Amino acid sequence: MRALVVDDSRTMRRIVAATLQDLGFEIAEAENGAAALALLESGLTFDLACVDWNMPQMDGLEFVSQVRTGNRWRAITLMMVTTESEQEQIVRALAAGAHEYLIKPFSPDALRDKLQLLGLLPAVAGGVA
Amino acid sequence: MRPDTFAYVADLVRRRSAIRVEPGKEYLVESRLGPLARAHGLDLDDYVQRLRQGATEGELTGVVEAMTINETSWFRDVGPFAALRPHVLPLLRGAGLGDRLRVWSAACSTGQEPYSILMALADEPAVPVDVLATDLNEQVLDRARSGEYSQLEVNRGLPAPALVRYFERAGAQWRVKAELRSRVQFRRHNLLDPAPGGPFDLVFCRNVLIYFDVATKRAVLDRIARVLRPGGLLVLGAAETTLGVHEGFERVEAGALVLHRPVAGGSTAGPATAAGPASAAGPASAPLNAPTPRGVPAPLGAPTPRGVPVPLGSPFAVASPAPLPVVSAFGTSRPAAAAALPAPRTTARTTPPATAPSQRGQS
Repeated sequence: MRALVVDDSRTMRRIVAATLQDLGFEIAEAENGAAALALLESGLTFDLACVDWNMPQMDGLEFVSQVRTGNRWRAITLMMVTTESEQEQIVRALAAGAHEYLIKPFSPDALRDKLQLLGLLPAVAGGVA
Repeated sequence: MRPDTFAYVADLVRRRSAIRVEPGKEYLVESRLGPLARAHGLDLDDYVQRLRQGATEGELTGVVEAMTINETSWFRDVGPFAALRPHVLPLLRGAGLGDRLRVWSAACSTGQEPYSILMALADEPAVPVDVLATDLNEQVLDRARSGEYSQLEVNRGLPAPALVRYFERAGAQWRVKAELRSRVQFRRHNLLDPAPGGPFDLVFCRNVLIYFDVATKRAVLDRIARVLRPGGLLVLGAAETTLGVHEGFERVEAGALVLHRPVAGGSTAGPATAAGPASAAGPASAPLNAPTPRGVPAPLGAPTPRGVPVPLGSPFAVASPAPLPVVSAFGTSRPAAAAALPAPRTTARTTPPATAPSQRGQS
């Protein structure tokens, strides 16, 4: 599994990347939406992008919209990872095409829960087979 | 922490809840009771010493509650909730489901499980769902009833579409909307006591039995078997089974989920099996075949009014590489609030027409 971490904060990129690495992801990083889009344009493929909202050059919402507009990157699962926590903002992000939304600060468990919801980590079926 | 401090706490918790705090769990006692002790200006050993010399009932209850609170997340493990609509409901229907689905969420902690059950079944208009949710711990029940959760709590496993659809902001907290809250009845109940109602179509009792010894597990399972309607189903935690514990259940597969169904005449346990830790809890020694103390719970609320019908097209419905059933459960209808927003600049094909009235949160 390959994940793209898009955040203008180096510290935050490190935190998200480290958690994803612990869960078995290979990581690439980008410091804004434009740089992330350039990585996609270059032909790199990802299963997941964790995207901050507020970034210079191209913000996360715009990035998500761009990725969603075309057919080229349909396989990538998009999750906003941001301090923006108003309900209206979550709705906007989902409407733009984000699959999930994780509010900072978050625990590693919270990130893992979201990846389970998204089918990027195995869900636990319950009961003993 | 002194060994006798640990031994006293472990014994107190076992006598009152049948939950075993094994040697090696000293850290748990430290982390759970340390804050309580400090609130009294004492260290843990001194605090427990004072309890031993004479504690009020309230203080002892507080200790047991602090020791038995469990962290929980929404849609915990995903699988059981994902299976509800596509797999579990048809099984129950096949067994002659009545006009309502009656669910018991046993040991519901702060309420994530019962609310998740309702959310997972929210788009099933034909079956009104009533949930009775019980826990030993009054503190967690109060929190569950309030339906208020911190940002960190709603981050744990709650799908974002569910957050905007079923919650509203309450200051820094998020609150489950009244419509959903009204369909859960929260009640204090000790699993060692006779079941709190019934009959039920579905019982969730997850990640609780693991804390009990075999005799107590059997006694709890026996009570559950007695309050399940014929054909009713039990959902256990991922690491739990009735195998080797209670012969009165059979395994039932529903999609990827394994459930447990009482077989006719399968109750095995008599009061004797609940001896030991359970008997100390008092009410557990009541005859297990006694009628349940209360009748069928009254309907907890009217069928959910469905909002404006919303088109397919949540982001979930399209491009997730491997969408899970639970995702599609929410993906089939877009949160009304989403539809209220202006269409985004770049019109993704997933964007529905703006039709629903505004449901923006306070902010």
